[in-house]
Amino acid sequence: MTALLELHDLGFAWPGQAELLDIPHFALQSGESLFLKGPSGSGKTTLLGLLGGVQKAGRGSIRLLGTELGSLGAGARDRFRVDHTGYIFQQFNLLPFLSVRENVELPCHFSKARATRARHRHGSIDLAAATLLEHLGLKPELLERRADALSIGQQQRVAAARALIGQPELVIADEPTSALDADSREAFIRLLFAECREAGSSLLFVSHDQSLAPLFDRSLSLAELNRAAQPQEA
Amino acid sequence: MYLLRLALTSLNNRRFTALLTVFAIALSVCLLLAVERIRTETRASFASTISGSDLIVGARSGSVNLLLYSVFRIGNATNNIRWDSFEHFAAHPRVKWAIPLSLGDSHRGYRVLGTSAAYFERYQYGRNQALQLAQGKPFNDLFEVVLGAEVADALHYKVGQQIVLAHGVSTVSLVKHDDKPFTVVGILARTGTPVDRTLHISLAGMEALHVDWQNGMPARGAAKLSAEQARALDLQPRAITAMLLGLNSKIATFSLQREINEFRGEPLLAILPGVALQELWSLMGTAEKALFVVSLFVVLTGLIGMLTAILTSLNERRREMAILRSVGARPWHIGSLLVLEAFSLAAAGVGLGLALLYIGIAASRGWLRTQYGLDLPLAAPNLYEWQLLGAILAAALLMGVIPALRAYRQSLSDGLSIRL
Repeated sequence: MTALLELHDLGFAWPGQAELLDIPHFALQSGESLFLKGPSGSGKTTLLGLLGGVQKAGRGSIRLLGTELGSLGAGARDRFRVDHTGYIFQQFNLLPFLSVRENVELPCHFSKARATRARHRHGSIDLAAATLLEHLGLKPELLERRADALSIGQQQRVAAARALIGQPELVIADEPTSALDADSREAFIRLLFAECREAGSSLLFVSHDQSLAPLFDRSLSLAELNRAAQPQEA
Repeated sequence: MYLLRLALTSLNNRRFTALLTVFAIALSVCLLLAVERIRTETRASFASTISGSDLIVGARSGSVNLLLYSVFRIGNATNNIRWDSFEHFAAHPRVKWAIPLSLGDSHRGYRVLGTSAAYFERYQYGRNQALQLAQGKPFNDLFEVVLGAEVADALHYKVGQQIVLAHGVSTVSLVKHDDKPFTVVGILARTGTPVDRTLHISLAGMEALHVDWQNGMPARGAAKLSAEQARALDLQPRAITAMLLGLNSKIATFSLQREINEFRGEPLLAILPGVALQELWSLMGTAEKALFVVSLFVVLTGLIGMLTAILTSLNERRREMAILRSVGARPWHIGSLLVLEAFSLAAAGVGLGLALLYIGIAASRGWLRTQYGLDLPLAAPNLYEWQLLGAILAAALLMGVIPALRAYRQSLSDGLSIRL
C-alpha cells in the first residue's frame, strides 16, 4: 500500500502564539479508515485546515497523492482540495436554502474532476447524487426537499453523500456523529465505511469519542502524534 | 452562471429583507426618473409656450413680470398701455401684425382674455403651430366667447352654452358680470400651454362689460346699462394690457425693441419672448436642479440601505461561506457571490422602479395634463435615462465590492469549519 497522505516534521503556529502542532510523522494509506482521537483544543481544527490547504504549514511537508501542498499557490491548493477531498463536519453542514440534491451536487460545480468522475461512474451528476443518497438510506422523495427540512441524522447522511460524490481519494470527517444518538452513530459510520469502500476513498475520522475507535482499521491519538501538545497534558 | 443561481437562491432565503431593499431602490429609481421626465417635459413645454411672436410689449416693468402676465396669465399688469400706442405700433412699417391683449376678468378661476381676430390667425406655440378650433368658430359678436380646451373640459362647457364672467381674477369672485352673459361659440384644440386655461372674448366685449362702471364699481340702478343698450355705444377700448408683435423681418427686432423702449408717448417695455423665457427658466432652473440633486441622494440612500442589509447579513452567513469553501468555492467565488447579490438587488430595484414609473405615468397622465398642462410621454427610456440607470447599477456593483472584500477576508481566516 502506498501512502495517500503523508506528514513529515510538520510544524504550525498561529501568528504570535506558541507552536500548536509539531507532528514528526503521520501517514494514511490508500483505502484505509483511520480513527484520530482529538479532544477539543488539541489542534484538531488547525490540522484539518492544514490538510485542506486552507492554512499553510509553518515548516515540514504535507503530501497528498504525492503532491506537496506547500508547493501549491492558494488557488491551486483550493482546487486540489476539492478535487481530492470530501468533508463532513459536526452539524449544520448543509446550505439550508438549497434542496437535498443540490447540496449533494455542490462539489461538482466547483471541481471539474469530481463532476467528470461522477458522470463517468453514474451517467450523470443527478444520478450520482440520487444513487449515493439511496445507498445512504434516504428516500427518493426527500431529494427535492429543502435541506433544513430534514432531521439531523438525515442531514449528516446528505453531508456524507456530498463528501463522497465524484469519488474523492480522501474523506475527512470532523466529529460527524456528535449530534447523533448512540444507535444512529454506529449505523452512520457503517454506512460511511461501505460507501467509502465503494468509492475507493480513504477515511480520516476525527472524534473525541473513543468508543467508536474499534470500528476502524486503525486508531491514533492526536495528543500522542503531536509533540507540541504533550507538555500541556502532562 | 452557477454562482448567480447560488446568489439568487441565497437571497430568496432572505427574501423579506431582500424585498424591502429592492423596494427601497425601486422607489428611489422611480423618483429619479419621474423628476427627470417632469424636468425635461416642463422645460420643453415651457420653451414652446409661445412662438412666432417677435416682441411682447407692455407697460414698463420687469421683463419676467411682463412675460408672466401676458403669456402665462400669472399675476397682474402694473399698468395698462393706451389704445393709441397700440395703433401706433400696429401701423409701424416694420410690423407685420399685432395682437392686442386685454386681461383683468376671470371665470371660475380661469383668466378672460380680450383680444382681436388676429389672435386666432397669428398666435403660435410649440414649433410654430397655429391655434386650431376643435369645435365651433372664432368670436364674431360682442357677447361671444371662445374657450381654451381645459376650460371646456374642466367645466363641461359646450358650444351654445351661456356663461357669466366675473370681475377680477380671484377664484371666488364677489362681483359678477351677470347682466351681460356670453355665449360659447368655439372651443380651441388642446395646446398644452396657458391658452388652454383661457377664455377669449373680443376687445369690444371686454369694453362692454365695463362700459357702465364708475370708479371701479358696477353701476347701480338707472345708471346700469343692459347688454342691448351696451351694443349701441362706442366700444372702442381706451387701454389694453399688452400686445404681441410679428415683424416683417427678424433683423428689425432689436431696433424696433429700442424704439418701443424709448417711445415718448408713454413708458413701454418690449421684450423678446425667447430671451425672457430663458431668463424665467434660469430662475426656476435652480429649483429644478435642486430637485434632481435631491433625487440623486435618495438613490444613494437606497443603495446604502442595500449595502447595510448585505453587510449585516455577512456575520450570520459565515457558516454558509465556510460550507461553500469546504465544497471547493475559492475566496474569489465568495467575493463574486456578494457582488452578484448586490447587482441582482440593484437590477431588480431598477426593473421594479421602471415598472412603478410607467404605472405612475399611466395613472397620472390625464390628471397632469389637465392640472398642469404637462404631457408626460409613456415612451421607452431615452439614452440619458439609460445612462442614469447604468450609473445606478455601476454604483451598486462598486458598493458590492465592500461586502465582497469583507467576506473574502473572512472566508480566508475562517477556513472550512466554523464554531458558532
